[in-house]
Amino acid sequence: MSAAFHELLHSIEATERGLEDAGYIASRPISTAVYLAHHLRKPILVEGPAGVGKTELAKAVSAWLGIPLVRMQCYEGLDESKALYEWKYGKQLLYTQILKDRLGAVLGEEPGLEAALSRLHGFSDLFFSEHFLEPRPLLRALREPGGAVLLVDEVDKADQEFEAFLLEILSDYQVSIPEIGTVHATVPPIVLLTSNSMRDLGDALKRRCLHLHIGLPDAKLEGRIVATRVPGIEAGLRRQLVSFVQQLRTLDLKKLPSVSETIDWARVLVLLHAHDLDPDLVRNTLNVLLKFENDIEVAEPQLGAMLQKARREVESVR
Amino acid sequence: MRGPLLDFFRAARSAGLRISPAESIDAVRAVEVVGFDERERLRDTLGLVLAKTLEEKRQFESCFDLFFSRDSFRAEVPAGPDSSPPALPGQSGGESAGGGGGGALARMLLEGDQAGLAAVMERAAVAIGLSNITLFTQVNLFTRRILEQMGLQALEQEIARQGEAAGRLRQGRDWLRGQVRDFVQQNLQLFAEGENQQYRERRLQQTRLTAIDRRDHARMRLLVRAMARRLATQYGRNRKRERRGVLDTRRTLRRNMGWDAVPFLTVWKQERIEKPRLVVLCDVSGSVAALSQFLLLFLYSLNEALSGLRSFAFAGELIEVSNILEREPIERAIPAVLEKIGFGSSNYGNALADFERGWMQILDSRTTVIILGDGRGNRNDPRVEILKRMADRAKQIIWLNPEVRTVWGTGDSDMPRYAPHCRITAVCNTLQHLERIISDLLRDGA
Repeated sequence: MSAAFHELLHSIEATERGLEDAGYIASRPISTAVYLAHHLRKPILVEGPAGVGKTELAKAVSAWLGIPLVRMQCYEGLDESKALYEWKYGKQLLYTQILKDRLGAVLGEEPGLEAALSRLHGFSDLFFSEHFLEPRPLLRALREPGGAVLLVDEVDKADQEFEAFLLEILSDYQVSIPEIGTVHATVPPIVLLTSNSMRDLGDALKRRCLHLHIGLPDAKLEGRIVATRVPGIEAGLRRQLVSFVQQLRTLDLKKLPSVSETIDWARVLVLLHAHDLDPDLVRNTLNVLLKFENDIEVAEPQLGAMLQKARREVESVR
Repeated sequence: MRGPLLDFFRAARSAGLRISPAESIDAVRAVEVVGFDERERLRDTLGLVLAKTLEEKRQFESCFDLFFSRDSFRAEVPAGPDSSPPALPGQSGGESAGGGGGGALARMLLEGDQAGLAAVMERAAVAIGLSNITLFTQVNLFTRRILEQMGLQALEQEIARQGEAAGRLRQGRDWLRGQVRDFVQQNLQLFAEGENQQYRERRLQQTRLTAIDRRDHARMRLLVRAMARRLATQYGRNRKRERRGVLDTRRTLRRNMGWDAVPFLTVWKQERIEKPRLVVLCDVSGSVAALSQFLLLFLYSLNEALSGLRSFAFAGELIEVSNILEREPIERAIPAVLEKIGFGSSNYGNALADFERGWMQILDSRTTVIILGDGRGNRNDPRVEILKRMADRAKQIIWLNPEVRTVWGTGDSDMPRYAPHCRITAVCNTLQHLERIISDLLRDGA
C-alpha cells in the first residue's frame, strides 16, 4: 500500500474528482468501485453495452494516477505465451550458434565425459533466464515498479481455460513461471476486466471481482459527459442533442446508440458548424448514431416529432 | 455492526442472490472501508461486491430497499393514531404516579417514543428468532410472540387496571399490534418469499409436463426461457475441440517460422463442433400437446445456439409450423397451430407420409430429426419404412416419448417398431428431462 497513488485515492469524493479531471465523468457506483478496488485490492469486472466507456475508465484511471496502462485484448485462442511470457527462441538459437565455437574451449580441458557434463550443468540455466524472457502484458503489469493499471479487455472473448488461468493473477497478484519461479507484483496493479456479455463468465472469476455494471447514462450525466468530451459544443445544441439521443433510445432498435456514438455525433455537428438540430442535418448524419439500416428505417418516420420535443425541452429550460 | 449485515446476507440469499462465504467476507471488509453512515454509499458498495449480474443487481436493489426500510414504523404519528390531541404532558403527568407499573411499553406509547418502540421491537424480534419465519401462516404466531416479548402482558394489566381511563393506551396497543404485524409481514417477505419460490420452481421442474396446472403455465414459460438462455450462452459460440495427439503440420511450421521452423511450439489439429441443425416433428394430439408446447418453446428460445430449425406439427396430418412460431409469441402460436390441425386422433403413418411427400429433401447428413410423440397411431399403418428412409438421409433421429418405457408396445403403441431406426429414444415428460436431452444434444454438436 506504499504506492505513490495511495494518497490520491483517500476518499470516494476524491476519486470522483480525480476521474473528472482526467476527463471521465463517473457516476457514484463507478467511483466507489475504483476506490474499493484499490483498498480491497480486488479487480473490477466491468460489464455493460458497447460504447458506454468501459475501456475509457481504465484509461482515465491510468491518466489520473499517472501510472502506465497495460492493455491486453482478449480473443479466442489467447494463451499463456501471448498473455504472460514467452521465451525469445530466436535469440536463444542465435546465442547457441555463436557460443558453439566457444564450447570447445570451455569443455576441451575436461578429461572425461562425466566431467564435461557436470561442467555443462553449471551453465544450464543460462538460456532460461531473465535475459531471454519476453514479458507479455500480464507479466509486464506485475513487474511495473510504480504500479500499473492492467486492462484485460473483453475477457468474455477469451476461452474458458484462459479465465481459469487468470484466477491466480487476480487473487494473489502473482504468477508462477516454471523455469524461473513465482513472480510477485512489486505494487499490486489496479485491474479492470471488461466484458460485453458475449457469454456468461465463470463463477470463480466473478467471485474474485467487484462487479460494476455501467448502463446507458441518464440525460443529466450524458450532458456532462458530452460537455467534457466535446468542449466546443454550444450549450443549447448540446441539450437538444442529448434529449434527442435519449428519445432515440426509447425506440425498438437493434443497437441502441451509446455514449461513444453521442460523442461522435456531437463532434460531427461541431465540425459542420451546426447551431441547431434541423431535420435535414439530422437525417444526413443519422448514420453516426445508428449503425444498422433497419434501425435507421425505424427511426426515420419519427425524427420530426423527436426533434420538436427536443427543441421544446430546451426552450422550457431556458 | 456485523449483525445486521449477516441478516442482510440471509435476506439477500433468500431473494435469490448467490452469495458465497468469500463474498460475504469481502462485503464486510468493503463496508469497513466505506463506512455505515451513508445509505446510498452502502448500497453502491454492497451492490458491487454481492450482485454479479444485471439480474442480480435488480434483485439486490429491491432487497436492499426492503431490508433497510423495515426498521422504521410506517405510520407517521406513533402513539396517537387518530384524533386524540397531543396533550402528552398533562396526561402522562396525571398518570405517572399510578401508571409506573404499566411498564416501559405503556410509557413509550403514551410519549410517542417512536425510536424507542422500534428498538424494543427489533430486540424482541431477535430474541424470538423472527428471521426463521418460513410460512405466511406463521405471521400471527410471530406477531403474538414479539408483542409478548415486548411486554404486552404488563400493558394489558395496566389497561385493565385503569379501566375506562385507558382509552389512549388501548388505542396505542391496537396501533402497536398493527405495526408489529406489518413488520412480521415484511420479514416474511424478506426471509421466506425467495425460498418458497425456489421450492416451487424446483417442484415444477420435476412435475410431469402434461399434469401441470394451467395457472402455472406462465411460470413454466419463464423457467423454460431461463433454461434455454443458459444453454444458449454456453453453446452460442462456434466451438472447437482439440484432437489431442494429432499434429497439425502445416500450422506448426507456420507458427514456428520465426525461428527457422524449429518446432518449439506445436499446434494440434482441431475439429469444429457444429451447431445442431434441427427438424422437429411434434405430435399435438390430445395428451402430448402440452409437452409439444414446451419443447417448441425451448427450441425457439435457443435460436442462437442452433444453426437452423424447422418445425412440423401433426395429429391426423402434418403441416409446417415454423412460420407461425417465428412470427408470433409462443403463447399465441400454439393455439393457432392447434386450431389448424385440431386435436384429432394421431395417425403417425399418415404424418410420416406427408413429411416424405413435402419435405424429405430438407434432410441431409447434418440434420438431426427430433420426433416428439407417444407413438400411438390408433392402429393405423405405422409406415416404419418411411422412418427408415428418413434415418438414412438424416444424421440421426431422436425420439422423445412422454410415456414411461414399460408401456411402450402395449395397446396401439408402435414404439418398438420405430425404435430401431432412432439413434436415441428417451422418456421425456418433465422439464428436467427436456433440459438434459437438449443440453446433451448441444454439447456433442448433435
